[in-house]
Amino acid sequence: MATETAGAAEDSVGLPQLDFSTFDNQIFWLVVALLAIYFILSRIALPRIGSVLAERQGTITNDIAAAEELKHKATAAEAAYDKALADARAEADRIVGETKAEIQSELDAELAKADAEIAARTSESEAAIAEIRDGAKDSVREVAKDTAMAIVAALGRDADQSAVDKAVEKEMTS
Amino acid sequence: MATGGEESGALSFHPMDQFIVSRLFCSDDAETAVNECTYDIAWYELTNVTLWLALAVLAVFAMLVLGTRNRAVVPSRSQSIGELAYGFIHKMVEDVAGREGLKYFPYIMTLFMFIVMANFLGLIPTSFTTTSHIAVTAVLGFGVFIAVTVLGFVKNGASFLGLFWVSSAPLVLRPILALIEVISYFVRPVSHSIRLAGNLMAGHAVLKVFAGFAQVTAIAPIAIFGVVAIYGLEVLVSFIQAYVFTILTCVYLKDALHPHH
Repeated sequence: MATETAGAAEDSVGLPQLDFSTFDNQIFWLVVALLAIYFILSRIALPRIGSVLAERQGTITNDIAAAEELKHKATAAEAAYDKALADARAEADRIVGETKAEIQSELDAELAKADAEIAARTSESEAAIAEIRDGAKDSVREVAKDTAMAIVAALGRDADQSAVDKAVEKEMTS
Repeated sequence: MATGGEESGALSFHPMDQFIVSRLFCSDDAETAVNECTYDIAWYELTNVTLWLALAVLAVFAMLVLGTRNRAVVPSRSQSIGELAYGFIHKMVEDVAGREGLKYFPYIMTLFMFIVMANFLGLIPTSFTTTSHIAVTAVLGFGVFIAVTVLGFVKNGASFLGLFWVSSAPLVLRPILALIEVISYFVRPVSHSIRLAGNLMAGHAVLKVFAGFAQVTAIAPIAIFGVVAIYGLEVLVSFIQAYVFTILTCVYLKDALHPHH
């Protein structure tokens, strides 16, 4: 029964929110709690979270910059590779051309040398042949004269050596 | 406390008992007419208010200090929550009050974290909701009001009064508007604090009323469904009221920093 009267007494006060006798207690502890939260936040939590967020932002920015730099490096490396390739191709072409020219000139020289040799040999041979031919002509002439002489003698006529020679000479030069 | 004395069969509703401030570590002597736990509480005494305020402080500590103790660049789940709360309020202050408002970010963060934690702790069954008390929300509301008014005068001098003089209105209307502006300015802390306490008190009282109906077997399922539904609503209200309180604080701060319309 006693509790009921206490409860009734409580009810007559109305809302516990409007029981001003508890206000000083609530306000005191609220101020303590707010100060505690304020010091926790401003001394520890907010600087820490702020620095973590800033650090993350910095890391992301750095990573992006590093990636950009690596990309540039890759492009530069590709350009260098392309240039080296082009240089090597040009060098190869040059060497091929040079070698070709060298071979050509060597070949030309050899050919010229060979031609000269051939020409020398040919003229030598021609000279020899001419010599032989001249020798042969003389021999033919001699043989012809002798043969004509013998034929004339065989025909039983007295042959005049000089006349026969003349006639043979005339026949051969014509 | 009075339930034991009720006649069986009768409904007993005590939706407001949850708001009673009482001493911790105390038992009521049923022999006396006076309830020793609630009678004449001095300002320094440990009460259920003290307990739940302390738990709110611990919750804030756990969330923002313990949760972020690793300082990881890639955050853990608990650290993400702390960063989310930080980013949420930081962005709100910056968007509403401007860059100069960021100087007051720790104060606003304190308000938000306290209110949101006290609201959510109040949702624990049999807990005590500190933010449902006018004494608590009035200190918050008037604290914001006084701080913002003083700041306005310190920053702008007498030109802070330009807040009440709507220079874009026709000259004839200006005195009337100025009167309305002054009244609305002074109503701010009242509405600011009563909105928060009223929402929470009403919601929690309704929860208790539904729970009271659950004593009758016939309507118990409906009552319990009602409790669940209202509880869900209260979760929403807990966050929204903290958000509203904080964003209004930012708006008042903006008025103090830039009083001219």
